[in-house]
Amino acid sequence: MSTDAAAAGAGSGASAGLVIGLAMTATFLAVALVALAWTPYDPVAMNMADRLQGPSRAHWLGTDLYGRDVLSMIMAGSHNSVLVALVAVGIGIGIGVPLGSMAAATRGLADEAIMRFADFTFAFPFILSAVMITALLGPGSVNAIIAIGIFNIPVFARVTRGASLPVWRRDFILAARAAGKGRARIAVEHVLPNIAAVLIVQATIQFALAILGEAALSYLGLGAQPPAPSWGKMLNEAQTLVAVAPHLVVFPGLAIVLTVLGLNLLGDGLRDLLDPRLRTRVG
Amino acid sequence: MTLIFRIAAILAALPFLAAPALAAKDTLTMGMTLEPPHLDPTATAAAATDEVVYANVFEGLTRIDAAGAVQPALAASWDVTEDGTVYTFHLREGVSFHDGTQFDAEDVVFSFERAMAEGSVNAQKQIFEPIEAVEALDPRTVKVTLRRPTGSFLFDLGWGDAVIVAPESADANRSAPVGTGPFRFERRVAGDRVELTRFEDYWGEAPALARATFKFIPDSAAAAAALLAGDIDAFANLPAPELVPQFEADPRFTVEIGVTEGETILAMNNAREPFSNLKVRQAISHALNRDAIIQADFDYGTPIGSHFSPVHPAYVDLTGTYPHDVEKAKALLREAGYAEGFEATLKLPPPNYARRAGEIIQQQLAQVGITVEIVPVEWAQWLEQVFKGADYDMTVIAHTEPMDIGIYARDDYYFGYDSAEFDGVMEELSAEADEGRRHELMAEAQRILAEDAVNGFLYQLPKIGVWNAAVEGLWRNTPIQANDLTEVRWRE
Amino acid sequence: MSVLIAKRLVAFVLTLLATSLVVFTVMRVLPGDPAAIILGTGAREDTLLALRQQMGLDRSFVAQYLAWTGGVLIGDFGTSYTYAVPVSQLVAERLSVSLPLAVFAILLSTAIAIPCGVVAASRRGRAGDLGISAAAQLGVAVPNFWLAMLLVLVFAVGMGIFPAGGFPGWEAGLRPSLKALVLPSVALALPQAAILTRVTRSAVLETLGEDHVRTARAKGLTRRAALWRHAVPNALIPVVTILGLQFSFLLAGTIVIENVFYLPGIGRLLFQAIAQRDLIVVQSLVVLIAAAVVVVNFLVDLAYLAIDPRLRTGSGDVD
Repeated sequence: MSTDAAAAGAGSGASAGLVIGLAMTATFLAVALVALAWTPYDPVAMNMADRLQGPSRAHWLGTDLYGRDVLSMIMAGSHNSVLVALVAVGIGIGIGVPLGSMAAATRGLADEAIMRFADFTFAFPFILSAVMITALLGPGSVNAIIAIGIFNIPVFARVTRGASLPVWRRDFILAARAAGKGRARIAVEHVLPNIAAVLIVQATIQFALAILGEAALSYLGLGAQPPAPSWGKMLNEAQTLVAVAPHLVVFPGLAIVLTVLGLNLLGDGLRDLLDPRLRTRVG
Repeated sequence: MTLIFRIAAILAALPFLAAPALAAKDTLTMGMTLEPPHLDPTATAAAATDEVVYANVFEGLTRIDAAGAVQPALAASWDVTEDGTVYTFHLREGVSFHDGTQFDAEDVVFSFERAMAEGSVNAQKQIFEPIEAVEALDPRTVKVTLRRPTGSFLFDLGWGDAVIVAPESADANRSAPVGTGPFRFERRVAGDRVELTRFEDYWGEAPALARATFKFIPDSAAAAAALLAGDIDAFANLPAPELVPQFEADPRFTVEIGVTEGETILAMNNAREPFSNLKVRQAISHALNRDAIIQADFDYGTPIGSHFSPVHPAYVDLTGTYPHDVEKAKALLREAGYAEGFEATLKLPPPNYARRAGEIIQQQLAQVGITVEIVPVEWAQWLEQVFKGADYDMTVIAHTEPMDIGIYARDDYYFGYDSAEFDGVMEELSAEADEGRRHELMAEAQRILAEDAVNGFLYQLPKIGVWNAAVEGLWRNTPIQANDLTEVRWRE
Repeated sequence: MSVLIAKRLVAFVLTLLATSLVVFTVMRVLPGDPAAIILGTGAREDTLLALRQQMGLDRSFVAQYLAWTGGVLIGDFGTSYTYAVPVSQLVAERLSVSLPLAVFAILLSTAIAIPCGVVAASRRGRAGDLGISAAAQLGVAVPNFWLAMLLVLVFAVGMGIFPAGGFPGWEAGLRPSLKALVLPSVALALPQAAILTRVTRSAVLETLGEDHVRTARAKGLTRRAALWRHAVPNALIPVVTILGLQFSFLLAGTIVIENVFYLPGIGRLLFQAIAQRDLIVVQSLVVLIAAAVVVVNFLVDLAYLAIDPRLRTGSGDVD
């Protein structure tokens, strides 16, 4: 039968995806690092005389309404994306994983309460929570982080709980319990290491989603604020200029797509590598 | 049988159907960016409401014309006593409301008392503040007694907030406005348009248009497309300055770049350190480069040097008071004791003009050592924090009310500006009736504000009018928030 | 089954109660006075006070909350501060735009995703699969608002086939209205379709490996017959789950997309109502949205039972 060959084929395809994803993500991180020290132009320096120029030799990706260099802004904008996504996913892991672990360890009432809370949080589309949070606290990257972070908490809680439950039924856990170890200790020492792969995969996916989320919030004017360059904000400013300066629409969007694509490929590749059983599952 | 009748009716109608192609067109569809929340101009500050109903559906005792001058409207004439405190208005004959009720002096008394009442929700209640009493002497005569002479009273009565409504219909005006104007409210399609039709019993000259539609298109690209496709005949203020060259090059369109009453300023909190220091304010004025700020709005704004409309006859050009000069600005900051500069916040409300100017101002002030943190705020927050609470360092805002230089004399206004000299000039102005002397006082007031560098005076917001080249009679400027259609017609 | 419904009903009521409390509190805590927004910078303090009284904002927090929820229970959502019309009327008007938009987007994304996913699964590892999977991978990475801007750039600004934004209203005729919804629907649907394609593909792959499909093949069914008669129906369960989960994302998507295209729908209304502090409209909308999400999730659970009879005899818990 050809099933094995097909699986092998998909396997090599997946690992090709992993390599491509790794390369794209590495490029993205390298650009972000380089931009810390150097960009072709000062990304916040305005030059009204050169505004709204298309791509040229002097400005590879053109200039914006204020004559700022688009390439430099995209390079510097990567910082905002990395920062928001990292912290937001960190919040999700920091609060969601303990909650999920607790739910799986205790079951019963605490489990029910945590899962209902997760349902409740999911009932609000995250844009809606973000709009309310920013209305409450004012727009800015910090509030984008909070909004995206809050959304990540139930995601990690559910994944942790779902992945932990089967582990709790395994023999070595029963042995540890028989040896008198407390539930909390077992969760940390035995369960978490066993679900780390799942969490890493989920973190990669959430990182990509956080970058998309940050872009959407900044696009709606709820995220990053000037002069800090941000991809979503660049698209926001480009909206009224679609007809006169299409390059302002195209390039920041491409930056988002390539970054998210790289992270997703990396996540899928890692999933196949770390936990082949999950290969056919999504989400 | 009915079918035959119908065919006959259609055949009979054919010549008439063809006829309008020969006669001049008598309908107009006008595009607007914002949709009015409702249609009662006496219960909202929304400019969009006035832009639909002012002069078209509702009229006041006086009206403001395209040049910003006061004209008689429902009052055919008036007498003012020597001391300027008693106005006797002689009302027009044969005026009726759109619902058929007759207009008389009682309607004026009702409208004014409604606006002055304790539970009134009139956004410009201060127009009526000087009024001590309103009396109907007879059905055609109204006597208004003022507490003190008020030089701008007749102008103020021309505002949309002071239109005359009828007691029978006033409460329903939000959804079904009933006025005395040349156009009758026909219907509203929420989110899309308001339709008006000619009012056949209008007291004055009948308008050339039989129907007028106001269509609300918030997106600039969609607005431009609708104009090009002929879906709309005119856009009073196109929100897309970047697209203007395209229309200027197209012979099918007329482009009129006028000015609004919106003085765009970098407001500073004069009551707060370091803006309480004149030298600091002067330094900021020198640091600002108006040309760059206007360029970000595609070069259509008119630079201003004080808080006054450049199309007003009393306007004085004071843009040279503090010319753009980075070195001078730095020197002034040193003198003021801020050699190292300082940090300040700049609160920006949502409109594009504010956000764009804000980003540039942040850059310009950075060049003289002032570190500006931009804090974008919603309107609600701007009104609460900046306007009401005066909790701000700087903000960019366009003051769109006509002839509003008097706000600088208000005690608790958010600028925190206090000048006995300016207050004196304004006091004299409000009691002065002689037009020549009034202009002198207005010029004096402008000069004081410019020299005190109260705010960074940036530019007058443009009004970018684009309409079908065959349409005439639309206003070039907006001396008052209105799209007056009474004179609009299609060229033969 | 009835236990499941009863449990869900309790959860539904609790969610709505919690939602209404949260949104009510947040809206009262927000800085900004609704009266000041309506009356602007020229308003005097006594006028503001009068309007606040008229809108019932001078009453205590508890009294306001009880008055509002009491009204909602008898179907009276109150009157919008900004538009001075009943909230229910406002919502109905806006739904006539948002609902078709969401339905078109769901139909379009399903119509693209299920065939693509099945084809990719049945040709696993071959060119067709690789092509579809790559396209799906790309589609997941595209922000819907950016796709929307590109569509406007090409089809509205460039070719002038579709309007760049706005909505003429259904009275203006079916054609122009549908035309106005084409680009927004596509912008919403494509990223959704990408996700759904991936789910369908892996679900079909999984069922293809299950025993009864293998048995069917062994009984002599053709590959194609086994695929469509056995594998695909079983694969629909995870697909429906994701469709249900996606509903919440779709709602979020309409908020963004309606703002890109200036469509007078629920999302734009919500956005504007928050900015204008039209508290009563925001409260009602948020509670309605939460209710919609919970109801859809419940329907998804019911759909499980319909699709997979095995679950009917199992315990009520479908978690």
